[in-house]
Amino acid sequence: MSEELLQIGDRIVAQARAGEQVEVVVGRSTSTEVRVYEGNVEQLASATSAGIGVRVIAGNRQGFAYAGSLDPDVMAETLAEARDNATFATDDEWLGLAEPDGVAVPDLDLYREDLAKVSTESKIDLAVELEKAVRAADRRITGVEAADYADGLSEGAVVTTSGIRTASRDSSCYVSTYCVAQDGDDTQTGFGFSVGRMPEDLDVAAAADDASRRATRLLGATQPRSGRVTVVFDPYVTAQFLGIIGSTLSGEAVLKGRSLFADRLGEEVAAAAFTLIDDATNPLAYSAGETDGEGLASRRNVLIDGGRLQRFVHNAYTARRSGTASTANAVRGFSSTPSVGCRALSLAPGTDLQPELLKAVGDGVLVSSVSGLHSGVNPVSGDFSTGAEGLRISSGELADPLREFTIASTLQRMLADVAAVGADIEWLPMRAAGVSLVVHDLTVSGA
Amino acid sequence: MIEEAVVSRVLGAALKTGGDFAEVFAEDKRSSSGRLDDGKIEELGSGRDRGAGIRVVAGDTTGFAHTADLSEAGLMAAAEAAGAAARGGGGGVNTVALTRRSVTSQPVGERPEEVAKATKVELLQRANDTARSQGNAIKQVSASYGDSRRQILVANSDGLIAADDQTRTLFVVGVVASGDTGMQTGRRSIGHTMGFELFDRYQVEDLAREAAEQALTKLKARPAPSGALPVVIGKGGGGVLFHEACGHGLEADHIQKNVSVFAGRVGQLVASPLVTIVDDGTVANEWGTFAIDDEGTPAQRNVLIEDGVLTDYMWDQLRARKEGRKLSGNGRRQSYKHLPMVRMTNTYLTNRDSTPEEIVADTPNGVYVAHLGGGQVNTATGDFVFGMTEAYLIEDGKITEPLREGNLIGNGPKVLEMIDAVGNDFEMGPPGTCGKDGQGVPVGDGVPTLRVSSLTVGGTAA
Repeated sequence: MSEELLQIGDRIVAQARAGEQVEVVVGRSTSTEVRVYEGNVEQLASATSAGIGVRVIAGNRQGFAYAGSLDPDVMAETLAEARDNATFATDDEWLGLAEPDGVAVPDLDLYREDLAKVSTESKIDLAVELEKAVRAADRRITGVEAADYADGLSEGAVVTTSGIRTASRDSSCYVSTYCVAQDGDDTQTGFGFSVGRMPEDLDVAAAADDASRRATRLLGATQPRSGRVTVVFDPYVTAQFLGIIGSTLSGEAVLKGRSLFADRLGEEVAAAAFTLIDDATNPLAYSAGETDGEGLASRRNVLIDGGRLQRFVHNAYTARRSGTASTANAVRGFSSTPSVGCRALSLAPGTDLQPELLKAVGDGVLVSSVSGLHSGVNPVSGDFSTGAEGLRISSGELADPLREFTIASTLQRMLADVAAVGADIEWLPMRAAGVSLVVHDLTVSGA
Repeated sequence: MIEEAVVSRVLGAALKTGGDFAEVFAEDKRSSSGRLDDGKIEELGSGRDRGAGIRVVAGDTTGFAHTADLSEAGLMAAAEAAGAAARGGGGGVNTVALTRRSVTSQPVGERPEEVAKATKVELLQRANDTARSQGNAIKQVSASYGDSRRQILVANSDGLIAADDQTRTLFVVGVVASGDTGMQTGRRSIGHTMGFELFDRYQVEDLAREAAEQALTKLKARPAPSGALPVVIGKGGGGVLFHEACGHGLEADHIQKNVSVFAGRVGQLVASPLVTIVDDGTVANEWGTFAIDDEGTPAQRNVLIEDGVLTDYMWDQLRARKEGRKLSGNGRRQSYKHLPMVRMTNTYLTNRDSTPEEIVADTPNGVYVAHLGGGQVNTATGDFVFGMTEAYLIEDGKITEPLREGNLIGNGPKVLEMIDAVGNDFEMGPPGTCGKDGQGVPVGDGVPTLRVSSLTVGGTAA
C-alpha cells in the first residue's frame, strides 16, 4: 500500500531540476468516529484524506506548498508553487534536506491491517457499552456528554533527491468519555479514555471508572486558601508538563534564542530524580513512529539524565546549523515544513506508587487536572501559571476536594524542585507519558 | 464548484436510506503565508484544500462522510457512506429541488492572490527592521503573514443552496527581549475578513513597535500577586473574558445536553445589569464575520444577555431543528472535513457610561490587564481561566508596575454578577481562533474597559 505513496513521491522528485533539492511528503489516512448519546448513535463519521507537501531548496532558498489531494493536476501545481515560493526566501547556507545517516528504520509493528475489517456495528457497540458503564459507575453520574470511539489507519512516505525514501504506517483507536456528576447543587466533570492499536486492546471499564472517579471525587470542592505548598501531579498533568519542558529543549528554540536552557548543556537543570527521555521507537507510546517527518529512522534520545541536560532535539536544518546530527525530531504533517519537536517523552520511573508518594508528602495538594496551559505558561520566560483542580493531601492521605485555584512557579524552579517521580508510568494519547510527580514549593492562589 | 444538478442528485442519494435531512458542504480554500524569523525569510507557503462533506440526519443520528473528490462519483460515494450511518426505512426521493439564497459576501478591496509575493515579503522585513530598532535588548523577532480565500457552497434537502466567498488576511509580530531577569516576549496581531487593504488600515511598523514595547516593559515586571483581587480589564482583547465566562456556556449543544451552568436560565438575571453581550457575525470585516455560516444561514446579530438578563442561546441547524427554533447563524465548522457545531462569531460587551480613567481611579488596589492571552472553560461547572500577557498593578487608583504573566481563574456566573464597572471606550480586540471539540474557527471579540470586583490572580507573590 505504502509503495503507491512512495511512487507518487518518486514521480515528483524525478522532476527536480539541476541544482534543486526536492522533498515530497505524501500522507493518506482513513478514520472512523462514533459518538453515542443516550444509547443511540449521535454522530458517525467516516473519512479518507490524502495529500502531499513539496519542499524545494534551490540556491540556498526554500519554498513550500501543499495540497490536500492526490489529483495529478493539483500535485503538478504544488511543485510549481513550491518552486516559485523559494525564489522569495532569504539565502541560508544551512538549508538542506535530511540525508540517509545509516540508522536502520526500526520495525515497530504499529500497523494492524485488521482494523480496516472491524465492523462499524462493533465500534458503535463499544461506545454504547462505554456510555452504559459510565452511567452505572455511580448514582451521582447524571449525564454523559460524550461517549466516543475513534480509530485511524495512516500511512506516510518521504522521498527526496538526497536519497531518503522511507515509508511508515500505523493504526490506532481509542474510546473516550466525558461525564457530569451532580450532588445537590454541585456539579463536577470527569474524563476517561483507553487507547490501543485494535479495539480488543481497549479497556472500556477502566475508562468508565476513571471518568466517574474523576467527576465524583471533586463533588463538594471548595476554593483553597492561597499559600505555598508541595504538589503531586496526577500522571495526566505530568504528561502535559513534560510537553512544555520538551518544547524548551528544541534545537530551533535554542538557535533562535527562545530557549531557557540555551547555554546550559552539560549543567544541572533539574533535581537528580529527573531523567527525561524522548523515544518514538517505544511501541507502547501512542505517538510511536518508525520515521520522523524528514524520513529518518526514529531513535531514543536521553535529554536530561539525573538532572543534567544532555542534549537538545534537532531536525536536519537545526542540526547542521548547530554542528551536530539530526536526532530524528522533525515533526510535521504534509501541510507544513518540518519543525523540531519531542515525539514520545517519558520520565525514568521512580520506585513508589502514588499512595506512597502521598505519605511521604504529608500535607499538600494533588492536582488532578490543569487548564489554560496555552494562556498562562510562557516557555520563553519560564513563567508557569495554570488553573487547577484536585484534592487536598492531609497527613499523607487524600482529603477534601479543591477547585477554582491556580498553581504557579517558573519552569526553572519547578525542575529544580522535583522531589520524586512515581512508578506509575501511564501511556496516554499524547506525545508524552504520564507518571505521578512530586514538586515542592508551588504557589497556590485561591480565596 | 459543483453543478447545481449534481448537488440535487447527490442530496437525493444521501436520503435514499431514509434520512430526514441531508446536506452537502463544498469548500475550496487557497491560502498563502510567509514567515520571517531570526532575520530571514524562512519560508513562503501555499496551500490548497478542496473537498466536500456530506451529512445525513435520521432521527437523533447524524452520519457524515467527506471526500476530496468533487466528481459526481466521488460525491455519490460520500453520500452513500453518510447515508449508511443513518439507516431508516428507505426513502423515496431521487433529487432535491433547490432554491438559491443570494447573499453578499464581505467586500474585498485588493485580492491578496493578486498581490506580488515580493510585496508580502517586504511587509515582513519592515516589521523585523522596526522591532529590532527598538533597542539592544530586543534579541529575536518573528513575523508572519497569512491570507486565505475560502469559497463555500452549502445545499440541503430543505431546498436551500447558498454560497459565500470569504477572504481573510492576518499579520503577527513576535518579539523576544532579554535583560537581567531573563527573557520576555511581546506579541501583536491584526486580522480581518478583508483583503490586502488590511495594510492601508494598519501599519506593520506600529505592530512591531508595540510588540517590542510589550517585551521591553515586561523585562521590568515583578511577580504577579497571588489571590483574589479587583481586576480591571482594558478595552479590546478583554473580550476573551466573556467568550469563556459565558459564551461557550450559551451554545445550544451544551444546553441541550445539560452541561452548561446557563441551562434553563433564559429570562433570568444572570449578570450585573451593566452587562449586555452580543454575538454578531455581521460586523463589517471582523475576524469572525461571514455572509453565511457553514450551514447556509445568513450571519445575524444576536443579543445573548441584555442588561444582565439572559435572552437567548446560540443555535445551529441540528439543535434548532430539535426544538423548532429559528436558526441564529452560529453553525460553523473548521473545514469540509468537519461536522458543523454551535460556534460563536464576534462576541462583545457593549458600552456603558464610565470613562476608563474613572474606572482605574476608583480602584484602590488591584490588577490592570492590558492584554489577554487565550482562555479555557468547563461549561458544566462554569470555572474558567484566561491568561494575562500584559498586566500592571493598580495602587491607590493608579496603574503602576508591570507584572509577569499568569492565568486568572473565576467562575462564569459569579464573575458576570461581579462586573461593577463598564466603560465607554469599546473596541474590538485582536483576531482569535476558538477551539472546540478539536475544531478551530476564526472568532472576534471586544469590550470597553471593565472591572470585576474580585478574580483570583494566579501569580507567585504573596
